[in-house]
Amino acid sequence: MTIRHHVSDALLMAYSAGQLPEAFNLVLATHLSLCDDCRARLGAYDALGGAMLDTCQAQLAGDSLEACMARIAGQPPASAPAARPPRGLFPQPLQDYVGGDLAAVKWRPLGMGVRQAILPTGRSATARLLFIPAGQAVPDHGHRGTELTLVLQGAFSDATDRFGPGDLEIANEELEHTPVAEPGQDCICLAATDAPLRFTGMIPRLLQPLFRI
Amino acid sequence: MTETGDDWTALLLAVRDRQDRAAFAALFRHFAPRIKGFLMKSGASDALAEECAQDVMATLWQKAHLFDPARASVATWVFTIARNRRIDALRRAKRPEPEDLPWGPEPEPDQQAVLEMAEDTARLGAALARLPPPQRDLIEKAYFGDLTHTEIATQTGLPLGTIKSRIRLALDRLRLQMS
Ligand SMILES: [Zn+2]
Ligand SMILES: [Zn+2]
Repeated sequence: MTIRHHVSDALLMAYSAGQLPEAFNLVLATHLSLCDDCRARLGAYDALGGAMLDTCQAQLAGDSLEACMARIAGQPPASAPAARPPRGLFPQPLQDYVGGDLAAVKWRPLGMGVRQAILPTGRSATARLLFIPAGQAVPDHGHRGTELTLVLQGAFSDATDRFGPGDLEIANEELEHTPVAEPGQDCICLAATDAPLRFTGMIPRLLQPLFRI
Repeated sequence: MTETGDDWTALLLAVRDRQDRAAFAALFRHFAPRIKGFLMKSGASDALAEECAQDVMATLWQKAHLFDPARASVATWVFTIARNRRIDALRRAKRPEPEDLPWGPEPEPDQQAVLEMAEDTARLGAALARLPPPQRDLIEKAYFGDLTHTEIATQTGLPLGTIKSRIRLALDRLRLQMS
């Protein structure tokens, strides 16, 4: 997999610092599972976090070490890591949210053959899987906040570029686009938004509250 | 013993390989006050921060077998545990982790790589101390939790390049061993 579109520095830093909404964390964890480049960059931001931690200092309670040793004595021994299910289309963090691989997704139709499945995350941002039939367009829309779209299968294009497996598109207020799935293979994406999209067409606008898009 | 990064690594490996209590106590004396300070700067009360600091150090003992000194310094690794504990304690958004690399840490880490990782981390700390105050302030705010993701602008001029390439090398080496 040749990934051309990666996580931005600002998003990586926010993920390292633990400042992202859950839905964004999920998209990043999924991209990072596929991309050693971003994994190495995240490691650098974690090192920055380590350097920040090193500058902190607070007075411990008098019996702190003894209390900690008592905690250690009371904790169960580290369990062997659970056997990993065979790698399917979805990396592990996404499988944890879906409850399995592609076959376990509970799709809901959105019209024109497009389907979505909303994943259970905190409400400050929404995560969804999108299924766009080969050759099909997603209705033209703009963004009120940030939209992250990670391609898992197939590819889509919009005015900015082409996005293939593993690629992440980061859209914000400035971008209005009509993503179109490439012919040949149906496109499956993991998308997260922290504000409702702005649809330009009438019909999608009417349906919007229904689909939480 | 001087307090440099590679010494912390040696101490953590002693905890990992021999459940060495003296080594753990030395790590505790260094890191626990820092973890507690980190949590208090992030908004935790003294009592909550104390409890979390003990908890983070207990996790360090329990998960020592997962530590890979070729990919992270001890301070970096402690930070990631402390950050996750803070997310739980202060009820911030859940944070799924990337997939584990299935092969885990190398049993016999490359000593040269470990040393270089520790040196790079020390250099990063020194460079951070020399940053102009406004930039440093921004990074503090980001890591102590006072900035939302939309307020975190792209950071330029941070000396992260060499650490990134070093981690990338370690990942490549692991992948190579597997294939
Ligand atoms: Zn990437
Ligand atoms: Zn969009």
